Amino acid sequence: MSILVNAQTKVICQGLTGRQGSFHTQECLDYGTLIVAGVTPGRGGEEHLGLPVYNTVQQAVNATEATVSMVYVPAPSAADAILEAADAGVALIVCVTEGIPVLDMVKVKGVLAERNCRLIGPNCPGIITPNTCKIGIMPGFIHEPGCIGVISRSGTLSYEAVFQTTKEGLGQTTCIGIGGDPVRGMNFIDCLELFESDTDTRGIILVGEIGGSDEEEAAEFINSDVSKPVVSYIAGVTAPPGKRMGHAGAIISGGKGTAREKIKALEQAGVITVRSIAELGKVMAEALE
Amino acid sequence: MNLHEYQSKALFAEFGIPVPEGRVVSTPEEATEAAKKLGGELWVVKAQVHAGGRGRAGGIRLARSIEEVTQHAGSLLGERLVTHQSGNKGLPIDKVYVEMGSDIDRELYLSLLVDRAQERVVIVASVAGGMDIEEIAASTPQKILTAAIDPKVGFCVDQARDIGFGLDLGGDQVTELESILVKLVQLVHECDTSLVEINPLIINSEGHLIALDGKISIEDNALFRQKRLEVLRDVAQEDSSEREAREHNLNYVSLDGNIACMVNGAGLAMATMDLIKLHGGEPANFLDVGGGATAKRVIEAFKIILDNANVEAILVNIFGGIVKCDLIAEGIISAVEQVGVRVPVVVRLEGTNVKKGRKLLSESELDITPANDLTDAAKTVIELANGSRAE
Repeated sequence: MSILVNAQTKVICQGLTGRQGSFHTQECLDYGTLIVAGVTPGRGGEEHLGLPVYNTVQQAVNATEATVSMVYVPAPSAADAILEAADAGVALIVCVTEGIPVLDMVKVKGVLAERNCRLIGPNCPGIITPNTCKIGIMPGFIHEPGCIGVISRSGTLSYEAVFQTTKEGLGQTTCIGIGGDPVRGMNFIDCLELFESDTDTRGIILVGEIGGSDEEEAAEFINSDVSKPVVSYIAGVTAPPGKRMGHAGAIISGGKGTAREKIKALEQAGVITVRSIAELGKVMAEALE
Repeated sequence: MNLHEYQSKALFAEFGIPVPEGRVVSTPEEATEAAKKLGGELWVVKAQVHAGGRGRAGGIRLARSIEEVTQHAGSLLGERLVTHQSGNKGLPIDKVYVEMGSDIDRELYLSLLVDRAQERVVIVASVAGGMDIEEIAASTPQKILTAAIDPKVGFCVDQARDIGFGLDLGGDQVTELESILVKLVQLVHECDTSLVEINPLIINSEGHLIALDGKISIEDNALFRQKRLEVLRDVAQEDSSEREAREHNLNYVSLDGNIACMVNGAGLAMATMDLIKLHGGEPANFLDVGGGATAKRVIEAFKIILDNANVEAILVNIFGGIVKCDLIAEGIISAVEQVGVRVPVVVRLEGTNVKKGRKLLSESELDITPANDLTDAAKTVIELANGSRAE
């Protein structure tokens, strides 16, 4: 079992003919993802990477019955691309694009609140169900099918969690990079809820970082609604306040959003926290013994 | 990207938000001229630096004569102002803003920013203006009023009335506040601000609302469509290494330790700093070279790292995703050679062709140590940093 995406998931790619879109779509195709079409306005009717190209998401969805869109559109038009996918009735949008202005995302979230549509990202590696369906830019080869659900704000830290759980022989059900932006689609709680009800997921790794209060909210939810063991690492114990640490959302502002506060909230909710990123896999394995 | 007070007030004026009359100057002579042209009997000379707390730090001075204006400008210009937000080194005062003095009846606080939890633009207001809003939030949260703007509906005047009457304003003043808020919301959207703060928003002796201070930050991600604001950037107010890094599309933040880090990915870069600290070391910086970690970027990254004289060892931590480890190893070796790295380098590589990559590193004749894993990397780099200090 897995959450959100599986072997039957039909995926289209917005921005297919661009450099990033082409490269990563080929990687996803090679991994075995069922990508059925691409969308680039003005290139409709062409073929790219062996896939039909459509002018609009609606046309692509009508022709292929795809339910997921993977967005590689550059930041200036990415918010519009997300809204186009939502208008076309796509159930899940995965937006990898980094650097979307936050006010654009405020607008997007306002619209999505009224739609039956999930968004992963932006500024994220995407989602993967090992050996089955990879939608995003993560290196597929480090994943193994297994029993751990991974949720992470940071892309590279999700790779660490995956790599370590693979080495421990645990593998993953599904991994979701929810992204490093302050305003984004699915959050920890949305993913925790899905992993909690997925029968194959035995343990959950939650990787957070400084900034905002999503980890604190996740802690409350874990306390009340999650029965499976959760192991967590929060990046940025050494981050100075007021400085943006790479991700737009990774900033301690007004003394809020420190790693210590988050770790404390998670521990109070019964989450096992690790101080070293290198220990996620080992501690998860111990928790499942 | 932060704007200076004088730049923020120019934007306020452009959007029709009332500000006191003032002029920005770079020399005491210009300050004298500015004060004469402004006229009146009371002026304020304000250091233009990107940090709050200027008043308490002596960066805002009252002048009751033209001579005093000249004196204040002379003693501020060319100096560095240290405030509780500026860091120990302070920030250079290259410009001062000479402004007409205002009669202050009340001081209020007003700001607009994106609230992450609500995912909306939020207006924050308080009767306790002129103070640090974080202190007010901590000590007297009941004095803070907020209103979130629904992105689909937009700002509604009833929200302005709620805030206005909440701030204990009179009827006419509420109307003035309404007008200010409408314009501020417009400014937020047209200029892609991540923060607009007026602290204090004063009520003068005639009962009118005026923005006595102004702080605007433009969202970095939106600079591509804010070209006219991007040119307002004052690089003198920024850390030179951080600025250089930005020009090469690298994310760099300088810290106080002696162990430099070069990492691909922001999260892993933070985790690497944390790991160094956990094992007893002190990180010298945060540096994300991005997913690609190409030879060219690695070379630039080494240069920026080595600008910091405190660096005694470097930890390179690359989780090779799409890029193969042997190619990354080759890039690191040629970068170390080309840049002439003077301190030991520890490299942790993981991903495809990792064995080949580690072999290349250990066979190089440079001072590069391949690490077996993350923990080993952190411990090794700390040992080497301490060793180079002992020499």
